[in-house]
Amino acid sequence: MAEAPGMNRRALLSGGLRGLGLLGIGTATGALATRDKRDDEVWQIDPDACIQCGLCATECVLEISAVKTVHSHGMCGYCELCTGYFEPDPVNLDEGAENQLCPTGAIERTYIEHPYYEYRIKPDLCVGCGKCVKGCNMFGNGSLYLQVNHDRCVDCNRCAIATACPAEAFRLVPRSEPYLLRGKEEA
Amino acid sequence: MRILLLLALLALPALGIERFPPPDFSGGHQIPETVVPASQARTQAWIDVAALSLGLLLASWISLRLRSRKGLVILSLVALAYFGFWRRGCVCAIGSVQNVALGLADPGYAVPLAVIAFFSLPLLTALIWGRSFCAGVCPHGAIQDLVLVRPLKVPHWLDQPLRLLPWIYLTLAVLLAATGGMFLICKYDPFVGIFRMGGPRTMLLVGGVLLVLSMFVGRPYCRWLCPYGALLGLLSRVSRFRPSVTPDHCSQCRLCENACPYGAIHLPTRTPTAPADDRDARLRTLSLLVLVPLAAVLFGWLGGKVGLVSVAWHPTGELAGQVAMADAGTLPEPAPDEITAWRQSGADRTSLNTAVAVLEERSLTLGRILGAIFGVAAALHLIRVAFPRPTADYETDAADCVSCARCFSSCPYERQRLGLPTDIPGGSHV
Repeated sequence: MAEAPGMNRRALLSGGLRGLGLLGIGTATGALATRDKRDDEVWQIDPDACIQCGLCATECVLEISAVKTVHSHGMCGYCELCTGYFEPDPVNLDEGAENQLCPTGAIERTYIEHPYYEYRIKPDLCVGCGKCVKGCNMFGNGSLYLQVNHDRCVDCNRCAIATACPAEAFRLVPRSEPYLLRGKEEA
Repeated sequence: MRILLLLALLALPALGIERFPPPDFSGGHQIPETVVPASQARTQAWIDVAALSLGLLLASWISLRLRSRKGLVILSLVALAYFGFWRRGCVCAIGSVQNVALGLADPGYAVPLAVIAFFSLPLLTALIWGRSFCAGVCPHGAIQDLVLVRPLKVPHWLDQPLRLLPWIYLTLAVLLAATGGMFLICKYDPFVGIFRMGGPRTMLLVGGVLLVLSMFVGRPYCRWLCPYGALLGLLSRVSRFRPSVTPDHCSQCRLCENACPYGAIHLPTRTPTAPADDRDARLRTLSLLVLVPLAAVLFGWLGGKVGLVSVAWHPTGELAGQVAMADAGTLPEPAPDEITAWRQSGADRTSLNTAVAVLEERSLTLGRILGAIFGVAAALHLIRVAFPRPTADYETDAADCVSCARCFSSCPYERQRLGLPTDIPGGSHV
């Protein structure tokens, strides 16, 4: 007889605590899930905060980073000597590999008319090292900048590059408008 | 001439300035649009949540109903391949704790629905069926469980105090995540480096060491580090159903005594007929009344201190420290990228100082609250270890058992149930 009340008490206590746990999880989940702007946010780089440290190329969980250079052509000066394309002090102003800043040759340079050249990014080759961005920002118009490409981004809980970014240039943006593009008004 | 022009332009601030006006093309060249790839559909997240739900149901069914170790091994392999190597350990339930903590602390932060599901579903399962998530769904558990070849017994007196470490880890992680500092659990996760087959060298090294350790010591990460495991253990303590060693009744044959590599089988503390030890019960009540409030106050105070110290680990706190060093001239050259970025952003010192002051206040308050919670959890844990509840039979520990189904086959009644040849001690049970 001594056993029975104790067992009942424990069962009751256990049931009560289980209900409490259920309530706790339910409340927290409900509060978080019903928030207005829930879910639809993705990681993106603010080009104005980026300092081109180079970590985007190495910190992404993907083998080849989801971050790649984007070119706002409307802002580009079409310079013959593009500081985003050429090494400092290039041997020749031509497409020779020794003259190029890009380690993977991901920028295509096309002659338009004298003295203008067009520069296009080949996303398949770009590794997001930001060397061209640094060159363009330092001496040019800043029409080249880094962006998280959302066809490749795997939406980590917490972006590994954002954690490493020294400039805190990563932020969450709405999924419906996942890019922070420069010179939009001109385009 | 060009060089001179460049030099003159160097003086300009760097951001998005139009130094060279876009040309007017006489040939009528069309300036191309900026191309950016479209977003992926959200389907992947829903596939993950569906896989998680299915995995949890399957793991519960296999461990509690089928009682099949083989089934769990297969499920673990699938989970390891999918959540581990295919999804690269992201999204994961262990890390979701931080998203939820940040979401609850900061109303401006929206936790993705998939992350909310990964946080809550395994916990709900734990309330009903125990730690099925650990048994067959979590890739971290699976990778350790599958390499366990020769389990060494870790003595109870060492194992149980070590099980306080997950609580410390959880407290720190919640503190840092909720104040917007960093995601500690993601940063120091031992196994994602292996899942991604690459990563920081320290991460790979720690992962490798833990993996080798897991060959001889059962699930070292789950038992002594995993912060989510602490929550799962807490909830499964009151779970509705849980695995029992015997499918039938315990004849105290002692065959399962060494079956658990995780030290989660309780030995009987008294014979079934003997009354409970009154002295132990009284001592337990006394220590509950005295130790728990004492620990809450003590660790609440300590938590506040830790909270203040933790400000230095925040990006903001770290930056403030570096700015102070730069002022004192003790900052090593070249200046770290953080300082360069801060200078470039044009933010002033007052706003930085204000941010640090706000952060300190929040960390102090949160540190005290979390410290007190930790104190209560730690005291309850130690009291439970010091004065175990009397049990008559060989039972699985409600919190520590990860439902791996290893012990079942050691029970003669299980062998009888399966129709295997068995020698039931003390004659067959009717």
